[in-house]
Amino acid sequence: MAPYSSIEARLYASIALTRRVEEIIADIYPSDKIKSPVHLAIGQEYIASSVIDHLRESDFAAGTYRGHGVYLSKGGDVNALMAELYGKKTGCAKGRAGSMHLVDSSKGVVGMSAVVGTGIPVAVGHALAIKQQGRDDVVVVFMGDGATEEGCFSESINFAALQKLPILFVVENNRLAIHEPLTKRWAADTLTERVATYGIPAKRFKEPDVLAIHAHAGDLIDTIRKGAGPAFMECHTHRWFEHVGPNEDYDQGYRSLEEGKEWRAKDVYVTLGKQLSKDEKYRIDKSIEEQVMAAVEFAENSSFPSPEELYDYVYAN
Amino acid sequence: MSMLTSRSARVLKYFEALSEGAYQAMEEDSRVFMMGLDIDDHKSIQGSTKGLLDKFGSERIFTTPLSEDAMTGVAIGAAMAGQRPIHVHIRMDFLLLCMNQLVNIAAKSHYMYGGTVQVPMVIRTMIGKSWGQGAQHSQGLHSLFAHIPGMKVVAPSNAYDAKGLTIQAVRDNNPVLIMEHRLLYGSETVVPEEAYAVEFGKARVMREGKDLTIVGVSNMVNEAYRAAELLAEQGIEAEVIDPVTISPLDFETIERSVNKTGRLLVVDNAWLNCGVSAEIVARVAESEIIEVKPKVRRMGFAETTCPTTPTLEDAFYPNPKTIAMSAYRLATGEDGWIPDSKRCELAYQSQFKGPF
Repeated sequence: MAPYSSIEARLYASIALTRRVEEIIADIYPSDKIKSPVHLAIGQEYIASSVIDHLRESDFAAGTYRGHGVYLSKGGDVNALMAELYGKKTGCAKGRAGSMHLVDSSKGVVGMSAVVGTGIPVAVGHALAIKQQGRDDVVVVFMGDGATEEGCFSESINFAALQKLPILFVVENNRLAIHEPLTKRWAADTLTERVATYGIPAKRFKEPDVLAIHAHAGDLIDTIRKGAGPAFMECHTHRWFEHVGPNEDYDQGYRSLEEGKEWRAKDVYVTLGKQLSKDEKYRIDKSIEEQVMAAVEFAENSSFPSPEELYDYVYAN
Repeated sequence: MSMLTSRSARVLKYFEALSEGAYQAMEEDSRVFMMGLDIDDHKSIQGSTKGLLDKFGSERIFTTPLSEDAMTGVAIGAAMAGQRPIHVHIRMDFLLLCMNQLVNIAAKSHYMYGGTVQVPMVIRTMIGKSWGQGAQHSQGLHSLFAHIPGMKVVAPSNAYDAKGLTIQAVRDNNPVLIMEHRLLYGSETVVPEEAYAVEFGKARVMREGKDLTIVGVSNMVNEAYRAAELLAEQGIEAEVIDPVTISPLDFETIERSVNKTGRLLVVDNAWLNCGVSAEIVARVAESEIIEVKPKVRRMGFAETTCPTTPTLEDAFYPNPKTIAMSAYRLATGEDGWIPDSKRCELAYQSQFKGPF
């Protein structure tokens, strides 16, 4: 595919890939062909796409169990993702991970964890390795607002700041932990201010202003790459779908449809898409459809691992 | 290599052997680094990290904040990204703060990520005993970790193994937990000068005997060895086995011995319930090699929290006297013999004067 004509087009392509992959996952899910719980990030894709846009292949990106977007934005293989969800041998973890533990070491996608917060210090460890190895690579670690309540979040930021490690912490604050709103979990909505007390740059984005987030992340990653030490971003956002599963759940009564409507009217996938020329948007969309359909076909046609493979990879040789 | 054949061997204390093992492992591989609270201070974890800072500098030898959970994750992440961390904890009880990272990430990553990721890390940790170590400085938690596929757990009972297991643990491409014992730090064995590895999954028969098999874990193998000496004076020959590594466990050596002696006493440095002693006895029960159903008995911590006062603490732990008496009963079916208490003392116990 031809290079993109603009930053907008490049970001749109990344956001659209995640959006379409997740929409297709939601479509397929009722068939029970996907052998894994799925945590969809529909509506939140712009954060991973705009930050990861600044990374190179040797950099690391670490996500969570809601990590399709991080995986895809960092260049994780689409076929291997879909096959993994299908539980096939050709999956990115050979059918041992499902959707929650995506990994693509060859592309710098750090393996993801289903225990909230656990990926944060592991990402910091990657940053420590980069420093010890004398490389100028960086790590970006994504997490939800719930993860910031775990002790390892504060511990990790303190250590990263202490050691001036090359890592950017990005909180995708959708203001929900499963079904619990932030107001029932936080004494004060001042996360960014708290993090700033570790002596690192910390900034909050309340709106899905994708270009502003993109520009700020670019500045931070540049300085981190030059040895300035860690930085922090908090991006407010909205989860369109249920915590886990292929459906929307505004009818469940734990959150308001009104709030959802406001965010959905600002859907970056749509607003950014409108800024592209018709030709370019068509070209990008077509290419993505082909890619996603090919991935589904690949997953369908791949075989399951055989039972004899159960004991493979318990220990490394 | 056997324990005594090296030409360059000399006598070293356990803590010196730990330090030398780390020193040589770090010399051998520039990716190895060590971190942990207090490893770089003047006491250097009771001497077991002494000299490392001077040789390797603060980039490779550094203290950490008191953040066991996150620092374990940091070690794991560094290992995934190509480094080989040694993470040191001065007491095993503190590993409970690391459980999430060790169990959910370190042990599982190689499998969960389909073999695309390795976690070559070493966790060094020490069990305390006596001088008021009490409830939270004395626990032997090896069975918690040995329960988990993907973890390896080793338990050096002497200076030779302390060095050789350290070197092997660093070379291994999996998370390896080294369970040390504070009371053994001053104990001495012959230790070769050169770097050598003690193989995982290979038990050591410390003493051969025909009347019963005693398996002792960590320092309990030393107590069992002393008990065997007392038993020998009564005409009972105990075979004493040090499993050396808990996971993997060399069950074949134990099985062969039990098939010969028909009697098994397992002395663990932990509680019995759901522990390594239960595991060993279960495997004996399942064995298709052992021809005659053996008599078995287990000893370990009393089923209480560890107290600090000596009168209670003495009753909490097995010791050479209680081990010898149990073994005597197992071997003869009789209760009558009580060895002289003074003769049951272990040298390292009478030498040790604290503090910790």
